[in-house]
Amino acid sequence: MLDLWNTYGVWTAWTLLYIVLIIVGVLLSVAYLTYAERKVLGGMQRRQGPITVGPFGLLQPIADGLKLFSKETVIPSQANRVVFLLAPVILFALSLMAWAVIPFDRDWVLANINVGVLYLFAVSSMGVYGVIMAGWASNSRYAFLGGLRSASQMVSYEVSMGLIIVCVLLCTGSLNLQDIVLAERPVWMQALLFPMLIVFLISILAETNRAPFDLPEGESEITGGFMVEYSAMAFALFFLGEYANMILMSAMTTVLFLGGWLPPFGMDFLAFVPGIVWFALKTAAILFFFIWARATLPRFRYDQLMRLGWKVFLPFTLIWVVLTAGVLLTFDALPG
Amino acid sequence: MAMDNFARAFLLTEIVKGFLLTLKYMFFVPRVTINYPYEKGPISPRFRGEHALRRYPNGEERCIACKLCEAICPALAITIEAEPRDDGSRRTTRYDIDMTKCIYCGLCAEACPVDAIVEGPNFEFATETREELYYNKDRLLANGDRWEAQIAANLAADAPYR
Repeated sequence: MLDLWNTYGVWTAWTLLYIVLIIVGVLLSVAYLTYAERKVLGGMQRRQGPITVGPFGLLQPIADGLKLFSKETVIPSQANRVVFLLAPVILFALSLMAWAVIPFDRDWVLANINVGVLYLFAVSSMGVYGVIMAGWASNSRYAFLGGLRSASQMVSYEVSMGLIIVCVLLCTGSLNLQDIVLAERPVWMQALLFPMLIVFLISILAETNRAPFDLPEGESEITGGFMVEYSAMAFALFFLGEYANMILMSAMTTVLFLGGWLPPFGMDFLAFVPGIVWFALKTAAILFFFIWARATLPRFRYDQLMRLGWKVFLPFTLIWVVLTAGVLLTFDALPG
Repeated sequence: MAMDNFARAFLLTEIVKGFLLTLKYMFFVPRVTINYPYEKGPISPRFRGEHALRRYPNGEERCIACKLCEAICPALAITIEAEPRDDGSRRTTRYDIDMTKCIYCGLCAEACPVDAIVEGPNFEFATETREELYYNKDRLLANGDRWEAQIAANLAADAPYR
């Protein structure tokens, strides 16, 4: 029995501890991301953002959470109860699942699997199920429209995201996220990947349904889209899921393009700073871009969104994959 | 021209400009929000707020019960009753303003020949019941005593234009 404990029990206990740590970390980041979003949006609109709850309004997210906890969950009488309640759970669970493969620092990763990128991509694509289930089960026109929009939007932008990831994989020669971070990247390779970084940043805005691609929510046209019938904790799960997804996508960009936990711009003398700090700073920078974009750009029209996805990004990334492969082959720089 | 547009769209020049603008607003343009209960905006000397009945410096009420304010009040918010006092001077026995009727036009203050009824600088007199807004003479005189310093300053500031 003790033998069994030593073989499996200890490992399970540690893993559970890590899982709890990651989840608590993500949820806290989500809470303070909403705070940061309101502060930054306020700053860009010459307002103040939250200031009353706690010092500098720092307790605002906690007050918001408590409010949502204490509300009543309203289920529309015509809704499909099971699917209606399952949808936010799926979305939220998926947004947490993906964190298993994110390397926070060297060897600080829950599951260092060799197909990390594939896993990440698969899990983030599954999110569309939560959205479309919510849209269908609510039995409401707005929710259904929002669900449809979200499904087509996420599917469209995943295509170009996939091709961008292929570019990165060509340069790094590994699907393991840790190897991707550690892969040698000369300046010319960085330059080659830079346009892809821009396209990727725009794609993750669409992938997470954030402004200017927030058509699935579209407050001003479809009053909240697929979330329109949700209240209290069910809504809170959607909210947490959306923001956790934002952080996840930022972390993914950090790992794929910005060198994860390594000091920026190859400044090795800064290596004394713990890797997790660099990782958090880089992720935060991309999250700032998310909020910045929301403060700056008006919402796209739906056909513009589709045109951008299929007629601009898809051909552009496709050409770039060929170009990258060609350059790597010509200069005999293919890894592995 | 087409190439020009194409390049501009692909290099995202306009979008980058927009981003720089919002960044500028965040860091270099001051906030406009006023933290209301703690900070307040500036108020003109002519501000028409809560009413007050004033006294002369010796403590005598200014109001001589001429009822011009009652007559001019477009909302019929003022009710006055008057009779001669023991020393023979004419004074009000009742001076009520129904603050729920008042439209804060300031005509009563303009009509008053002795600057007795004025609209002071106070705008924070919300109450929880309607009855509390039926002001009587005592309440109005108390307002006058409370705000006299500021009311006098405001009247002095506005005097050159009257």
